[in-house]
Formats: sequence, C-alpha cells, structure tokens
Amino acid sequence: MAYGEKVLDHYENPRNVGSLDKDDSSVGTGMVGAPACGDVMKLQIQVDQNGVIEDAKFKTYGCGSAIASSSLLTEWVKGKTLDQASQIKNSEIAEELALPPVKIHCSVLAEDAIQAAISDYQNKQAEHKKSA
Amino acid sequence: MSDTKLPIYLDYSATTPVDPRVAKAMMDCLTLEGNFGNPASRSHAFGWSAEQAVEKARQQVASLINADPKEIVWTSGATESNNLAIKGAAHFYSKKGKHLITLKTEHKAVLDTCRQLEREGFEVTYLEPQDNGLVDLNVLRAAIREDTVLISIMHVNNEIGVIQDIEAIGEIARENKVIFHVDAAQSPGKVKIDMQQAKVDLLSLSAHKTYGPKGIGALFVRRKPRVRIEAQMHGGGHERGMRSGTLATHQIVGMGEAFHLAELEMDAENERIRMLRDHLLSGLKDIEEVYINGDIESRVPHNLNMSFNFVEGESLIMALKDIAISSGSACTSASLEPSYVLRALGRDDELAHSSLRFSIGRFTTQEDVDHAISVIRSAVSKLRDLSPLWDMYKEGIDLKSIEWAAH
Repeated sequence: MAYGEKVLDHYENPRNVGSLDKDDSSVGTGMVGAPACGDVMKLQIQVDQNGVIEDAKFKTYGCGSAIASSSLLTEWVKGKTLDQASQIKNSEIAEELALPPVKIHCSVLAEDAIQAAISDYQNKQAEHKKSA
Repeated sequence: MSDTKLPIYLDYSATTPVDPRVAKAMMDCLTLEGNFGNPASRSHAFGWSAEQAVEKARQQVASLINADPKEIVWTSGATESNNLAIKGAAHFYSKKGKHLITLKTEHKAVLDTCRQLEREGFEVTYLEPQDNGLVDLNVLRAAIREDTVLISIMHVNNEIGVIQDIEAIGEIARENKVIFHVDAAQSPGKVKIDMQQAKVDLLSLSAHKTYGPKGIGALFVRRKPRVRIEAQMHGGGHERGMRSGTLATHQIVGMGEAFHLAELEMDAENERIRMLRDHLLSGLKDIEEVYINGDIESRVPHNLNMSFNFVEGESLIMALKDIAISSGSACTSASLEPSYVLRALGRDDELAHSSLRFSIGRFTTQEDVDHAISVIRSAVSKLRDLSPLWDMYKEGIDLKSIEWAAH
C-alpha cells in the first residue's frame, strides 16, 4: 500500500514518543484499541492549572497510519485547552494525513484516545477534590 | 554490504523472476523467424514444429515429477489447475457422493473452489492442522465418509512452507477409494515430487514460482489407475478434451525449460538456499519474543515465517522498505484480518498480526541476507520503543489479563 507523504514523515520521525507518570494527578492517560485488532494507542496528556495541555506523549502499536495519527494528535493537542482538544474530530486527522478509506479507523482510534485521556484526567481531578 | 542492490527481493514464494535461460527459450517462440505456429495446426511445418516444442516441454514437466507426459494437461496456472481438478473431479464423481475434505490452511484457490461447490450442494470438511501446520493423519482418516469423493491437501504451504506427507495421505485416500488432489504450486524445484511413489491422482503445478513465466501451469491427471474429470473450459477439445484453448507455445516452452533447470539444479540450489535461510534464522532468533510459525523440520529450505511479538506486521514492513517481503497480517490487502493460515495453527491474533514471511531464492546472496538481518533488527527495536504493548510486557503485565475494547 502506498502511503502519503505526511504519514511517512510522522512514521519516520514520530513526534512526542514516550510516557508520562500515569500516577501523577495532572496526567491523563488514554489507552484504546486491542492487540488482536492490530492496533493499540496510548496517549498521555499533562494538564496545567488552567486546563491547558502543556505536554503530550504517545506510544502506538499498529500500522504506519495508526502511528502517524497518534503522532499528529500529540502535536495538535499541545497548547489546547481540554475543551478544544475534545473537539478534535477523526475526520480532521484523516484529512490532514490523507488517509485512504481502509485506514480511517486509525484516525477514529486517535479521536478515541484523546477522549479517553481527557476523561481519565477529569476522573482523577474529581477523585483528587473528593479526597482533598 | 555496499555492493548489495536495493531493494532486496525476499518474496520468492509470491513469484520468481524468469530465469534468463528460460526467457531466451521463450523468445524463440514468438516472431516470424521463431517457432510461432499453432501447435494444433496439423497441415504444415509451422504447426508441427510448435507441437514438437510443446511436447518437449510436456516431457520436461513430467520428468520433474516422475510422471508420464500423457498425464500432463496445460492450464493457465495453479489457480486454474485447482479449479479444474476439484470441480472437475467433484462433478464427475458426484453420483458416488458429494463430500469433500480439505485443509483450513489451503490456498484461496482451493478454499474458494470448495466454497463454490458448497453452493452447488456439496459438503466440505475443512480440517484443522496441528500447531506445526501439518495435517494429523488420524484426523484425516476420521473425516472420511462413505460419500467422500475427493481429498484436496496442498504439498507445500505458501505462507509457512511446511511440507505435507503426500505419500502417507495418498495411501489413506487410495485405501478408501477417494480421489486425492494436491496443490503443488510451491513445490517444484524445492522438494522432490514423485508420482510413481505417491498415490496422488491430481496435482496442480505453476511455472512462475519456479523461475518460469506467469500465466502458465499444468495439471497432472493420473492414467493408471485412470482418473476422470469434467472439463471446465469447452472448445476445440485440446488437451484430450480436458482443457480447450490454443496452446501458448512460448509460455509452455518457458515452463518446460524452467522445470528442466529445476530438475538439473535443485539439489545444489536447495543446499545453498538452506544455508542462507539458516543464516537468516540465526541472525534473528536471538531477538526477544520471536516465534517461528510452522514446523521447522518438515519445511522447504526457502521459507522462514516469524512473528515479532509486540510489533505490528504492516508497520514492520513499512520500516523495511528496501526489503521486499510479505506480511502474514493481510492488513496490506485491505481486509484488516490477520493471516488465516496462522490463525488455523492456533496462533493468537497478536502473533498473527506480527508475522513476516521471508522467501529466499535462486538470486539471493549472502550480502542480501546480512543486510536484511541488520535492518530487521533495528526496525524491530525502533518499533518496540514505540509500542505500548512492549512496555507492558517489560513491566510484567499479562496482556491477556486486560479487557481490551475490540473495535
């Protein structure tokens, strides 16, 4: 399968690969997908007091398009508020990377990942307030 | 390594380049100056000469499999041979019964043909192979019924290269008076095929996996005891009525020459290829969490199929862009399904998604293999650094203990 230039770029030079401390209350972790389906994305965001994402890291097991989708996502969410980040749509990712129809599910997975990371962060904050 | 020509072709099981000696023989059968006649023309020398070339090729193909040339029927390739053998025999013997037996790891040309027969009212048993890819003869025996007319089991598997014991299966089939068809597309030149020894009734062959051209194949149809098939292609009654259509002299001559070369050179060639394959294996097997798919002993020397756990196959192939290999994960064919062959061996989806098939051939060099080892090692390490599953494995988390949301 021929890949688009942007997919290749993100695949060859993935941005923001790594992990943040999942136990830190300012960190939200989203892990989506399944090994049996051939893709698993882990996205982590670090959120400051103003609700702005100051850092984002990812690790992805999956095809080139899945890796590119998550790499692009980390670039996009940095500097955004949680509200703004939650509005990122898979179609925007697919369009930016020029994903072919069979790879659209990779962008869907990326959207799921940011939603999961945000809700993990919010749950942690709620817990935090309760115990405080 | 500097003199290695990139990209490196390690996909000989998909197809092989035509041997230059074969190409030369083919080119002599095309133009006015060459042997261009219709082998069916009986009234002039052009036809006679073409017929002679076709019969020489028939002899060459028969010789490699130790058969009588009269038992060779030309077709367009192994897919057509499989269709002709399975549908042809099933239809001819349908009054005796309508039950067929095959294996889950067969090529689609066999499986899909069986599906078509199911739509026509036949019943098919799809046997599960053992974990090493080989058919359990007791399971086969138990599957044979009163109304079984055909067993179709491949010789060499295209994905994992394992060799089925067609002699033993042939004995079982003959004892039970069941027709035995073998898809041997991957075998010529790689493993001995002896139709005097093995009780095979129908055997499908292809030219382009053995340094011959694409678009030509053959079906062996046994004469003693005689096996009958219904033609699938009707017309001028060529090939004793079993397959009509003007014979493609240049293609047939190419297949004949390719099989002739295979017969002359296979012993030495397989020795060399086995050394290369073992070299590749020893360069990869000490990587953590790698698994060989399929039996390593009963296997053609050309094939190595491995799973690299926690790395997804398609991304691995993407990282290996200067090596031409194929992935067991058919993600590349847009179906997003892992290899059905590896699934049938009982491999987890994860491992099936992480598999690569290397197939080595006549023009592979030691330098090619060295280069492949080095780029595979670095790609696996790069992708594992990217893989959340690798992290979890390293942390000692059992991936099976996690409830994944299937999507």
